[in-house]
Amino acid sequence: MTAISLPERRAGPIVGRLASPGALLAAAGLFWIALQYLRDQAGLAGLLASIYGLVGLDDAAAALLEHGLDPVQGKLILAALAIAIGIGGVWLLFVGMNGVVDLLGTRFRERIRPYVFIGPAIVMLSIYLVFPAAATIFASLTDGGGIAENYGRAFDDPEFWIAIRNNVLWIVLGTGGSVGIGLLVAALTDRIKREALAKTFIFLPLAISMVGAAVIWRFMYAWQPPGETQIGLVNAAWTGLGNEAVPFVQTPALNTFALIVIMIWLQTGFAMVILSAALKGVSGEVLEAARMDGANEFQLFFKVVVPMISGTLLTVATTISIAILKVFDIVYVMTGGKFETEVIANRMFTEMFVFRDFGQASALAVILFVAVIPIMALNIRNLRRQGIGA
Amino acid sequence: MRTPRLVILTSVAALVFGACAAQPATTPSAAAPTQVPATSETSAEPPPPSGPNAELTAALAGEYSGTTVEVLGQWIEAEGQAFDDSLASFRDATGINVVYSGISNYETVLNVRVDGGLAPDAAQLAQSGNMRAFQQDGKLVDLGAVLDLDTLTSEYSPGFIEAGSVDGALYGLYYKQDLKSIVWYPVQAFEAKGYQVPTTWDELVALSDQIVADGSNPWCTTIEHADASGWVATDWLEDILLRTAPPETYDKWIAHEIPFNDPAVLHAAEIMAEMWFTEGYVYGGNTRINATWVGDSQTPMFDEDGPKCWLHKQAAWIPDFWPKDNDGNALFTPGVDSSFFYFPPIDPQYGNPVLGGSDMFVMFNDRPEVRAFMQWLSTVDAVKDRVATGAFLAANNAVPAEWYTSYPMSGLAEIARDATVSRPDASDSMLKEVGQGTLWKAMVKWVSQNGEGTDAIFEEVEASWP
Repeated sequence: MTAISLPERRAGPIVGRLASPGALLAAAGLFWIALQYLRDQAGLAGLLASIYGLVGLDDAAAALLEHGLDPVQGKLILAALAIAIGIGGVWLLFVGMNGVVDLLGTRFRERIRPYVFIGPAIVMLSIYLVFPAAATIFASLTDGGGIAENYGRAFDDPEFWIAIRNNVLWIVLGTGGSVGIGLLVAALTDRIKREALAKTFIFLPLAISMVGAAVIWRFMYAWQPPGETQIGLVNAAWTGLGNEAVPFVQTPALNTFALIVIMIWLQTGFAMVILSAALKGVSGEVLEAARMDGANEFQLFFKVVVPMISGTLLTVATTISIAILKVFDIVYVMTGGKFETEVIANRMFTEMFVFRDFGQASALAVILFVAVIPIMALNIRNLRRQGIGA
Repeated sequence: MRTPRLVILTSVAALVFGACAAQPATTPSAAAPTQVPATSETSAEPPPPSGPNAELTAALAGEYSGTTVEVLGQWIEAEGQAFDDSLASFRDATGINVVYSGISNYETVLNVRVDGGLAPDAAQLAQSGNMRAFQQDGKLVDLGAVLDLDTLTSEYSPGFIEAGSVDGALYGLYYKQDLKSIVWYPVQAFEAKGYQVPTTWDELVALSDQIVADGSNPWCTTIEHADASGWVATDWLEDILLRTAPPETYDKWIAHEIPFNDPAVLHAAEIMAEMWFTEGYVYGGNTRINATWVGDSQTPMFDEDGPKCWLHKQAAWIPDFWPKDNDGNALFTPGVDSSFFYFPPIDPQYGNPVLGGSDMFVMFNDRPEVRAFMQWLSTVDAVKDRVATGAFLAANNAVPAEWYTSYPMSGLAEIARDATVSRPDASDSMLKEVGQGTLWKAMVKWVSQNGEGTDAIFEEVEASWP
């Protein structure tokens, strides 16, 4: 780990030296006040009322004290508090602590500083990632009927194997589709005139949440009995060509592919943007040299360009496949795992929040976790090879 | 030097995330409290009142004025507001501030809060399976010591008392019922065709055959409801089971004291299959059953070229989902364009059973003001304002018939009064892994297979019972 070196500060006058502990105190005070107000709705209403009073909105202040906060006001204030704490408080905290480090002797200063900056992140990760992960593993071994029942039932359940099969399909086709189409689009748009415009259209779905996408595609795949107007775009087009409407979501096997298409629609933009950047990084001289050697455009692309961006390809593929392995929203919204579309994450959610079987849900979480590890390892190794991260 | 920093950081973390976690649950309802009283005022406690509904009497005398009772439920928007409004009379009479929060993804929130030791004082539950789970975790207060059981058993149908109990102790107080045993039909078209409202099962079958013979499809049945797909099918199965077997069989079936695929259940499935999978009976066939959203089931009945389907078995909320104009105004009126009849009995020896999806209240925290609130909920006073809105059927049979003034509630109340057997939804009451898990999935699969392989499918559900 390399030490972060900041521009050397000159020891200022005494006021300047006190500024950083002051910032630290201000941060602590801000957190404390916010905590108090978050715990006490009435206090929050009172605070707001006194602010209203200060700016001269006496009627509003009185109304607030009388009736308390309405939900909209409450949410707005919570949002304001969250921003104040999240940005202001944390900024003050870092500035303050950095200043405190500056006060130390030169011997310790640079040794301690990295920890001051990385410390909060490590603490947060420990509390909200490492601890829950350990607790989940523990719960999967001990909760409910214990290890034998939690894992035994998971593996005995035919739905589990459907979920595994589907997760494999999702990973292979979803990742392959996103990366493949993303690469294709990146390569094809690389030399056209309105590249940005074309890429924008492909990129747009990335801004849509998975739940939103699933809701949209419920309409896309909607099915009506023969004789009715097909309100779903896909079936309207399909029947327009003289075919019979297909219940995409309800037909096993076909439906899993139909759901994977949604994920590809969402993720292609991501793959395209990263790969497009990588393509632009391929030096023109290399291409020139390959052409001189008589390579045609296909050979050029597959034998020169693709190997040159293979590192990026691998990173994009692993990132997308981790996202896909965790797929839940699309399945939950579209089918709830029925019609043989079950995936592990949905199974886990159902066990946890519908059936309230913590042990079983934890066991599934651990299985999912173990399944992600090889892909993550691959990703990290790849990053290392590229010299990113130490 | 490091310790205080850690403390600060930890409190920051706790603060930020605590805020996130607490936010949805503490979002104030329209009647948010202007003060948050300390709920731990247990010192200088007066001697507990005694006698039936003692706390309620004390509360009405103003003894608990100024205290707060927090109630959580899944009713939001109009229904949540109606419930909140109905609490006003209790608030006014007792000075107890009942704070109701309606949350749409309420199950998750409630589970998290209960597990985190922040249970609300009382909560509405739509499924007695939930009640059982909380009871097993020791989170619920035994209502036997809170409510006047004698009055309760005389006023509520035994089915509701049983369904609210675990091992003979009452934990859930039923409040509202949705009668599911009704069938909607297009009134004018029915008259134009000369069809008669069936009062027996044979007449229902004959009517269905008649409609097929007239070149149409009788049933509008569909079951697609995303992650909840399948519940319409379980309603049918349960309604038919109640009509072909004694209620005890039904209760044992819920409690898994008989196999899930008991011959009585398979017999009910056979009768159901006749209505669902007979060629031409259901509009759009089994594909539409699985593919069309529950709220759109009945839409073809209102087709401008005349009904494409004629019969729709669904609870009384379905008019909310009938076709609307572009401004969202209802185009069709319940009782005029479409009315309902009682889903006819099959075997006369089992009387007139009704199936009700029902809502209950459970109590998490035992404080006198919460007791008073629960006692009040068990009286007809609690539902008087709700009944007056014309969109509410109380679980309490003691509500006078004349309180129900408008259709469809007047019709429902009549059916509820004539009912000889009343049972809550079995799939809601069963162990959730089965009732809302494998059973729903099995129903969807059964429909996919167009009614083939019934025995194997029901055997799978039996095998799935953990």
